Amino acid sequence: MQVPAQVEYEKATSVTQALSLLARYAPGARILAGGHSLIPMMKLRLAQPEVLIDINPIQALRYIERAGDELRIGALARHADLLAAELAGQHFTILHDAERVIADPVVRNWGTIGGSLCQADPSEDLSAAFAALKGSMIIAGPDGSREVPARAFHTGPYETVVGPAEMLTEIRLPIRPEAGSAYVKVARRAGDWPIGAAGAAVWLADGRIADVGIGLTAVGAEHFVAAEAEEFLRGQPAGEEAFAQAGQIAAAHCHPASDQRGPASYKRHLVSELTIRVLRTAVRRARGLAPAPGLAPAPGLAP
Amino acid sequence: MLYGAILRSPLAHARIVSVDASAASAHPAVVAAFTGADLAERGMAWMPTLFGDVQSVLATDKVRFQGQEVAFVVATDRYAARDALELISVDYEPLPPLMDASTALDPGAPVVREELPGGNHIFDWAAGDKAATDAAFAAADVVVTCDMTYPRSHPAPLETCGAIADYDAVSGRLTLWSTSQAPHAHRMLYAALTGLPEHKIRIVSPDLGGGFGAKVPVYPGYVCAIAASLATGRPVKWVEDRSESLMSTAFARDYHMHGEIAATADGQILGLRARVLADHGAFNAVAQPSKFPAGFFHIFTGSYQARAAYCEVTGVFTNKAPGGVAYSCSFRITEAVYLVERLTDMLARQLRMDPADLRMRNLLRPEQFPYTGPTGWQYDSGDYPRALQLALDMAGYDELRREQASRRERGQYMGIGLSFFTEGVGAGPRGHMDIMGLGMADGADLRVHPTGKVVLAISVQTQGQGHETTFAQLVAQELGLSPDDVEVVHGDTDRTPFGLGTYGSRSTPVSGAAAVVAARKVRERARLVAAAMLEADPDDLEWQEGKWRVKGDPETALGFVEIARAAHSSLELPDGIEGHLDASAVYNPPNLTFPFGAYICVTDVDPGTGEVKVRRFIAVDDCGVRINPMIVEGQVHRGLADGIGIALMQVIAFDETGNCLSGSFMDYLLPTSLECPSPELGATVTPSPHHPVGAKGIGESATVGSPPAVVNSVVDALAPFGVTHADMPLTPANVWLAIQSVTGVEGVPRVT
Amino acid sequence: MKITVTVNAVDHTRVVEPRLLLIHFLRDDLGLTGSHWGCDTSNCGACVVWLDETPVKSCTVLAVMADGRRVTTVEGLASGTRLDPVQEAFAACHGLQCGFCTPGMMMTARWLLDNNPDPTEADVREAISGQVCRCTGYENIVRSVLRAAGREGAGEHEPRLRVTPPQGGRAVHPGPGQVRR
Repeated sequence: MQVPAQVEYEKATSVTQALSLLARYAPGARILAGGHSLIPMMKLRLAQPEVLIDINPIQALRYIERAGDELRIGALARHADLLAAELAGQHFTILHDAERVIADPVVRNWGTIGGSLCQADPSEDLSAAFAALKGSMIIAGPDGSREVPARAFHTGPYETVVGPAEMLTEIRLPIRPEAGSAYVKVARRAGDWPIGAAGAAVWLADGRIADVGIGLTAVGAEHFVAAEAEEFLRGQPAGEEAFAQAGQIAAAHCHPASDQRGPASYKRHLVSELTIRVLRTAVRRARGLAPAPGLAPAPGLAP
Repeated sequence: MLYGAILRSPLAHARIVSVDASAASAHPAVVAAFTGADLAERGMAWMPTLFGDVQSVLATDKVRFQGQEVAFVVATDRYAARDALELISVDYEPLPPLMDASTALDPGAPVVREELPGGNHIFDWAAGDKAATDAAFAAADVVVTCDMTYPRSHPAPLETCGAIADYDAVSGRLTLWSTSQAPHAHRMLYAALTGLPEHKIRIVSPDLGGGFGAKVPVYPGYVCAIAASLATGRPVKWVEDRSESLMSTAFARDYHMHGEIAATADGQILGLRARVLADHGAFNAVAQPSKFPAGFFHIFTGSYQARAAYCEVTGVFTNKAPGGVAYSCSFRITEAVYLVERLTDMLARQLRMDPADLRMRNLLRPEQFPYTGPTGWQYDSGDYPRALQLALDMAGYDELRREQASRRERGQYMGIGLSFFTEGVGAGPRGHMDIMGLGMADGADLRVHPTGKVVLAISVQTQGQGHETTFAQLVAQELGLSPDDVEVVHGDTDRTPFGLGTYGSRSTPVSGAAAVVAARKVRERARLVAAAMLEADPDDLEWQEGKWRVKGDPETALGFVEIARAAHSSLELPDGIEGHLDASAVYNPPNLTFPFGAYICVTDVDPGTGEVKVRRFIAVDDCGVRINPMIVEGQVHRGLADGIGIALMQVIAFDETGNCLSGSFMDYLLPTSLECPSPELGATVTPSPHHPVGAKGIGESATVGSPPAVVNSVVDALAPFGVTHADMPLTPANVWLAIQSVTGVEGVPRVT
Repeated sequence: MKITVTVNAVDHTRVVEPRLLLIHFLRDDLGLTGSHWGCDTSNCGACVVWLDETPVKSCTVLAVMADGRRVTTVEGLASGTRLDPVQEAFAACHGLQCGFCTPGMMMTARWLLDNNPDPTEADVREAISGQVCRCTGYENIVRSVLRAAGREGAGEHEPRLRVTPPQGGRAVHPGPGQVRR
């Protein structure tokens, strides 16, 4: 009978109140947003916080808006909000690609962007997507807010830089011209955690890759990033040869584990294969072309 | 009401040194706590299985699988019961676990059942003619062999198992509301176990949230609830959660098969041979007729003309949950059909024959029915070529092959997989089919009220397959009534006749037949009353358009409602009628019935990732007379989804230390609406000659026939790479590995 | 902790433990057993209810999170004795067999149709993709939702079904071993 252990509960109606509750109850307190990462852990009794601080009443943290050259996503934005946000899809197709294959529609109604990022599951899709987009996170604490690059946000499986008396409030994504992005995920079934997934964001100039971000999910890539492949690609002509090499480099530098989803050799192959596919699609999108034709995508596989 | 929770073993194999539940008992919300020792005092620590073995209710000496029941607490609320489990301390002495059935009979293997003379060995069983089969193989031009596994899976009905046990000390009656597909058989078992007389036990099991074989066995949780109610004098409710269900209740399959098919060079199948290792888990708890330790596996010649066949099956214990016969297997026919349909496809490939052509060449012909196969099965009726042709026409088979060729040129890989299956359902003739010594006949009681309304009480009960509708239709048809005039009662042992329950697609063939036979008895009684009403000789009456009348004289027609009223009136009743029209019947089927079908599955495979998408599923089923086509189709829809799940994603897996890796729906994956295409159904009707209305049963057919269609399709898609076989589940990783194992070079197809 | 939840337009005030799951609050405290519990990992969707305006998996929501909010369960679909079109469609199209997944499926269907009154088959399949059915293979559930949406051709008379009439046991194939082309 999987039900949580006893826990105390507080409601916060503002960020200030949430922070003061965190300070009071740290380190045994956990932020409760959608709860769709935390509550399952509590039911299995793998997480046993002493106090839950429910931040759902903080409506002010639920937004997706443009501010100058940035897209800003409030930490309490639900996955469904992000998938429905034309603004997000318009500038960052990778986010819609990813959201479409995260969990299922009902879970997406309640799970939050901030909650998923802070859970820091190595198989969580948005971490790689935000890393590819070179976004940043805003973390509020007792001494004010600080900005942390997405690529430095995660420090290990289930670990982030958010301290016990801090909370994530916003994700920021720079909007830059000549951009294209894509995300592709392979899973055993619709809604399953990925066996492996890759996201790419490219910024072109004169037919070459001026800048690129490659995020990898569930394959042990440090900070969810394929840094060596990115370095190789910068300045390269945007074409199949470069994609193939980038794929090989990305595969060589990740650390997938063998498990029920597949052996490490297969996951490593996936890294190469998917990196090539997302680069190809991202470049085509940056050029204003449709994604590459081919087979109808399998469930869980973005076009 | 008290709520129970079970403490389960985290280890697959360990000696129990001590169990201390005293801290749990001291929890303020806990009313009682039970250990194996406590139950042993009441003679309830061990219970019989449905197959002549015993199973532990709460462990006394050892634990033999991860998830095995060790202790039971009852508390005033469920959450407290869960908390109290953490207060029970158990001291285990770990033992090396036996997780690989293929090593079970090796010297030095860990022994699961040291108290039994056979150790890990359960049975050896064989069927067929070995000499004739060896001769057929020796004479063959082509022999194809394959080792294939039908992996362990779980039926996973959406409602888990549970029970409320309510013992009333004043009346001495035990009422058990439980999720049971076989309430009468369970009642007998509980009587033996508890010492309560059978007539003081009532099992209520009407509306189940799915069964699929998972709710046939008696589970320790039910017994614990009963023991707790006996001890506390209060109702005790126990409902398992999903992980308990997946880890401890009846699994399905786990057959490791070595199959061989022998043929002439022009594709005539001469013989089949199989050697099977059956992993039964820690206790032999298979729910199947007692004379068949490997179920009906020896029907493995399938739908073809092979005259020689021989199979051997060895069953062993391992440190896994008990079970084996569940999930629409028709007593191991899923395994048999999978074997023969894979071998047939592999033979076609070897001979460079189209798999549809090879099947059509070898299918049994209608004039051969009733057909007695080389392992003794007598198939009742069938027109196989017609069903296969219909499936091919519906699929546009030739067009699909052309599309496949064209796509291959463009580096795209689609597969077309066929499966032709024959089922044997409706167990069964009581002379040679029994469970725990109970013959597998089933009863029906019909009571006719004075206003002509009818109540039908049957021994099977429904888990969603619509007996309330189907059986009402059967009776209404016989008596000239509307189905709305027939009330179907099931699932309560106090109100229904004895029978062996719902599984193995037996409801329509056995209980349905009983209902029809009983209805016909009622109709014959109505004849006698009508004759009295008309002052005519009963032989001068005919039944026309739902009424009895003097032959050729419609003016005299009497409807059932009038006759029912008259039977209760002051009318001078004829001999043989006591004052009502009621009748009952126990139906002993003369044989199984043999539904069959032809399935075609079209898949698209992405060799770069190994992903498989099922594009189309064409299913032609013949279940004899279709009593309610909408319900029949619903059963087929479900089985096709099962096939997709079983073939592509479902497996109950373990690691070598005995951990169950599939203890939740996060890892035991079930197909969703996105994996299942809209199926294309067709039907042929070949009535069963021995069933009162010619119906055969349909519930398990699609689960039997669909997995080989999917696997054949994927292997067909990968043929250009040289893949000839790959085991289920064909997850993306397994598909990719199959390609690698043949090509050696990542993803490069071999030129064929 | 004392909470007040408006369930099917009726206010309920109870004292509950913070750890109490919403599904158990609905079933055990309020006696609304129409919603079901089917798994431990938020995968099966038997527990789907509406929290304010959206379907959620109530096994993954704490009852205290519903304090001050509205919950709609399957018991709230019908208006008195008048069934919701979704309920009527499920009955007409054999969209349920054992019925265990049905309340969740219908709540999601109702939400889909409220937001997308003319969904495609793909829309329907996507909407229910987080909910498991073991009995129907999803086909009749999809048909039921399309019928509730009033789409043509989504009724129980399925044109794709081809029935070959009984031939009295005679075969109609042209001969042994030939696939008719």
